[in-house]
Amino acid sequence: MLEGVKHVIVILSGKGGVGKSTISCQLALCLKAQGFKVGILDVDLCGPSIPYLLGLEGQSIHQCSQGWVPVYPNEDQNLAVMSIGFLLQSRDDPVVWRGPKKNAMIKQFLADVFWGDLDYLLIDTPPGTSDEHITVMENIRQVHCDGAILVTTPQAVAVGDVRREATFCKKAGIPILGVIENMSGFTCPHCKECTNIFSMDGGKQLAKIAQVPFLGSVPINPEISGKEGGSIGFVDAFQSSSLFPIIHSISCKLTQSAPSKSDTV
Amino acid sequence: MRMDVPSNAPEHCPGTQSESAGKVSACQGCPNQSVCASGQAQHPDPDIEIIKKTLASIKHKILILSGKGGVGKSALTGMLAFGLAADPQRNYVDENLAVISVGFLLGSPDDAVIWRGPKKNGMIKQFLRDVDWGDTEYLLIDTPPGTSDEHLSIVQYLLPAGLDGAIIITTPQEVALLDVRKEINFCHKVNLPILGVVENMSTFVCPKCHKGSEIFPAFTGGAEKMTQEMGIPFLGRIPLDPIIGKMCDEGRSFLIQHPDSLASKAALSIIEKIQNACNPGKVMGESG
Repeated sequence: MLEGVKHVIVILSGKGGVGKSTISCQLALCLKAQGFKVGILDVDLCGPSIPYLLGLEGQSIHQCSQGWVPVYPNEDQNLAVMSIGFLLQSRDDPVVWRGPKKNAMIKQFLADVFWGDLDYLLIDTPPGTSDEHITVMENIRQVHCDGAILVTTPQAVAVGDVRREATFCKKAGIPILGVIENMSGFTCPHCKECTNIFSMDGGKQLAKIAQVPFLGSVPINPEISGKEGGSIGFVDAFQSSSLFPIIHSISCKLTQSAPSKSDTV
Repeated sequence: MRMDVPSNAPEHCPGTQSESAGKVSACQGCPNQSVCASGQAQHPDPDIEIIKKTLASIKHKILILSGKGGVGKSALTGMLAFGLAADPQRNYVDENLAVISVGFLLGSPDDAVIWRGPKKNGMIKQFLRDVDWGDTEYLLIDTPPGTSDEHLSIVQYLLPAGLDGAIIITTPQEVALLDVRKEINFCHKVNLPILGVVENMSTFVCPKCHKGSEIFPAFTGGAEKMTQEMGIPFLGRIPLDPIIGKMCDEGRSFLIQHPDSLASKAALSIIEKIQNACNPGKVMGESG
């Protein structure tokens, strides 16, 4: 399982809509810009967002003798993406599955995707601490996982859920690489006043409570919510946005701290 | 959508209520095969009858759904609850409001509920079967994001007891609408009526210059356009007011503390529409 993958990082949050998928994509793009080969595995089966965010809707998965071939947004094939979104007939189709079926799908994603050689595989998850998470953790335990990144927004109601996710990591024996606080503040485009719409410093407090590193705060930037006519603009908008250097510094922290799988095994 | 496929059933399970239950090739090796083949499984779950009786004293049962997380399901559920409890006397809110949550059963803020589907379904069933609500006007059921165990179980247990329908919450941007359309199609599949869609976090008004900004831009037309395309009611939009989040964090009612804010006015008009949708005979000229 995941033989050619050097580092596995799981993106988690107890809370939904805090930006797990957006941060996963942004981190992947930054790691790619640093020269790494990166994969994103989207295990949010009921609400896959990765294909939309990367402008890959409508792409489909092909089969080769080694397994499923992921989708490559660029010709250089330095970014590989797998999501259930590529297996749905219509983008509006719901995936109405109970746990066992979701678990079987996730196992297949982990075992049967032909990633080739990857430096980093980022696993984007749905919110919660249930079937998807237990299944991912049980399976990647065999392959050595670098650890988990917890994404939160600053307000107490999100931090409360993410604290529970930290407990989950500890019980599952997965190290926490750190906390990213997303949607930290919003700078009014009219008067440049920065408002902390979703409160402030919740991520820092969480890192302190859970005794894990704080990786950084990412402000709200409506530009990256996607341009008219789809999200193709996301990748370009991100590379030139004020967020790029912020995420870049987070991805540098990750690459510096992460020992390679081949070093440790 | 088959509601009668047990969570431990193989992929091609014909459904426990089917004529061929326990008899087709897919049933080989399924732990339920002998029960299904004996015909016992065709009797409906006896708990559904008990749930029906327990909830008979509740006039209206509403599910709060969204395919997307973090759009404000729980915040709006709280707001609706405060709003409905205040009506019509606008008094005694606290005494009119009863709440059950697994949160009350946890010992510490760090306690995680690490459960797979069947255990969650058991808990949900217990909440529906064993909580004594007494005479209650409205029961609002807040749900997690997605279309999985919790949602299937709730619908399976509650449809026979009578559900008014679902209120669907979204934010304006496409990445949320994408998941919300899936949730709406889920409702269609399981025959759950939709009371309407609320768009939350619509516009942010800067507290300094009072000009509006779109934090989650509705590049694809937002919730209103989606409801038109999908032929379901649009209930309104609630602006993004940072005080709502603050009130939630402090456990206070935004509606009571800030009754004159735009968000409160929007919420009150939405609550009125929901009441009308639940009592179609009472108000004239409001439907459709």
